Amino acid sequence: MIRRAPRGLAEHAPILFPALMLVVFFVIPFSLMIAVSVFRRVPGGFYEPDLVFANYERFLTAFFGGVMSFSLGLAALVAALAVGIAFPFTYRLVRLSRGAQIRWLVFLLSILSLSEVIIGFAWSTLLSRTAGITNLFVALGLMAEPQSLSPSFGALLAGLVYQAFPYTVLVLYPALARLDPYLEEAARTLGSSPLRAFFTVVVPALRNTIVATTIMVFVFALGSYLLPQLLGRPQHWTLSVLITDQAIYQSNMPFAAAMAVFLVLVSLALVGLALLAGRREETA
Amino acid sequence: MLMRTLNSLAAGLIALVLSAPILVVAGVSVNEKKSLTFPPQGFSLSWYAEVFTDPGWRGALVTSLVVATLSAALAVLIAFPLAWFLWRWRAPWARAFEVLGMTPFILPPVITALGFLSFWAAVGEYGSPWTVVVSHAVFFVTLPLVTLSLGFGAVDRSYVEAAATMGADDRTVLRTVVMPLVRPYVISGFAFAFVLSLNEYIVAYMVVGFTLETLPIKIFNALRYGYTPTMAAVTVLFVSLTALVFGLIAWFGDLPRLLGAWAKND
Repeated sequence: MIRRAPRGLAEHAPILFPALMLVVFFVIPFSLMIAVSVFRRVPGGFYEPDLVFANYERFLTAFFGGVMSFSLGLAALVAALAVGIAFPFTYRLVRLSRGAQIRWLVFLLSILSLSEVIIGFAWSTLLSRTAGITNLFVALGLMAEPQSLSPSFGALLAGLVYQAFPYTVLVLYPALARLDPYLEEAARTLGSSPLRAFFTVVVPALRNTIVATTIMVFVFALGSYLLPQLLGRPQHWTLSVLITDQAIYQSNMPFAAAMAVFLVLVSLALVGLALLAGRREETA
Repeated sequence: MLMRTLNSLAAGLIALVLSAPILVVAGVSVNEKKSLTFPPQGFSLSWYAEVFTDPGWRGALVTSLVVATLSAALAVLIAFPLAWFLWRWRAPWARAFEVLGMTPFILPPVITALGFLSFWAAVGEYGSPWTVVVSHAVFFVTLPLVTLSLGFGAVDRSYVEAAATMGADDRTVLRTVVMPLVRPYVISGFAFAFVLSLNEYIVAYMVVGFTLETLPIKIFNALRYGYTPTMAAVTVLFVSLTALVFGLIAWFGDLPRLLGAWAKND
């Protein structure tokens, strides 16, 4: 079989269907959303074609600035916590037997694919007064009576880290699985303790992977749209929640679209940075 | 020695925290009375029965299963020819479609959801039940695309050359040599897309939220009217189904390899 450039319609035919589907159902909707962001809202829930930047001007308000900085700060905190826990965990995971690794991977994949609705419901139950963890504390004599821990910032943070942890492990997994085990052994032979070898050899060797993963988890956390509603208070609403709220409940599609365009730009810039950081590691 | 004990302890703690919410929900789901207490009072499986006997819950379950099956199948139908084309021909320009297939998965989901909402509204199909199938298929096409690129990449080209030398054309090679080799990757791509579609909320909600109730939408709507043990029972069923599907992928396929090369292809 010679791998040359395809010629004629017959050889191009197989790609027609996938190309058509992706252009019609992804490129066009995406472009349409960008277009809607400069449309004018018509009271009553619809919009008219136009070229106005009023939707973007609303970004300058203090309210939007507050939501934006809260979203970014929260995503950064979640990314730092998730990578901080997941990195040492994955480092141990890739050294387990194949069977044990597979059991962990199935477990992590199952949690990762859980609906945000289910994660939110499960955590609010775990933190509730009637069924929650505080009942255990009462039974152990640590607390006088059970109380509700949700909604609160702590509950939201716990839910988000819970959701991001399996994702972080799976992003780190390939890089750590391919890390040369002799690196740590050499350090150990030269007399460093396991902890010292981990922090002075393994972590610096994978610095770019850690940076790239942190950025990817940041973007992942930025996308959370339900947990802030289920586990947080209204002041904990993030940009993703605000977009949903404007699109569905306030019927202000142009403003929702403008915020979405903004979110796309932030995410794409960050993903670009992550790819750059990841590539530098491969060439190094 | 101390290090090893600490490591197992940390791993055990992580396993406990990861399963704690699910365990509490499982406990709540067997309450005898209609209350969410833990530890459960009494033991009853009637809430599980209600998932199948109550028309609302059963309808949502059936809807979710149908949507997930159809959209995963469509996602594979989109991904297969694309991955095959990229493997068979030297066509750098076609990589652009691969990137397109990866994008919706990397961006925050609310963006894709909003794009679909504006699109279906513009073409006058907003709310039609079939639109969620197409939307999910495009949203999750990344998964079969990644597993299939991996599958084709693993095919030894000398088999293909041997077949071609003996006079097999492209179609025969695909059917008799390539297809049997990539079948596990087709199945795992389908399974990944199926599970994610089953659990997906925001795209489904924005596209057909007012006309069709998938299970995640039904759970979310039920959350607003107060909690019932039925929601806990549905959650337990869903978690088990999800774990079962991934268990099957691990059983029949090479899960570490699937995940190891996953990020390499991103």
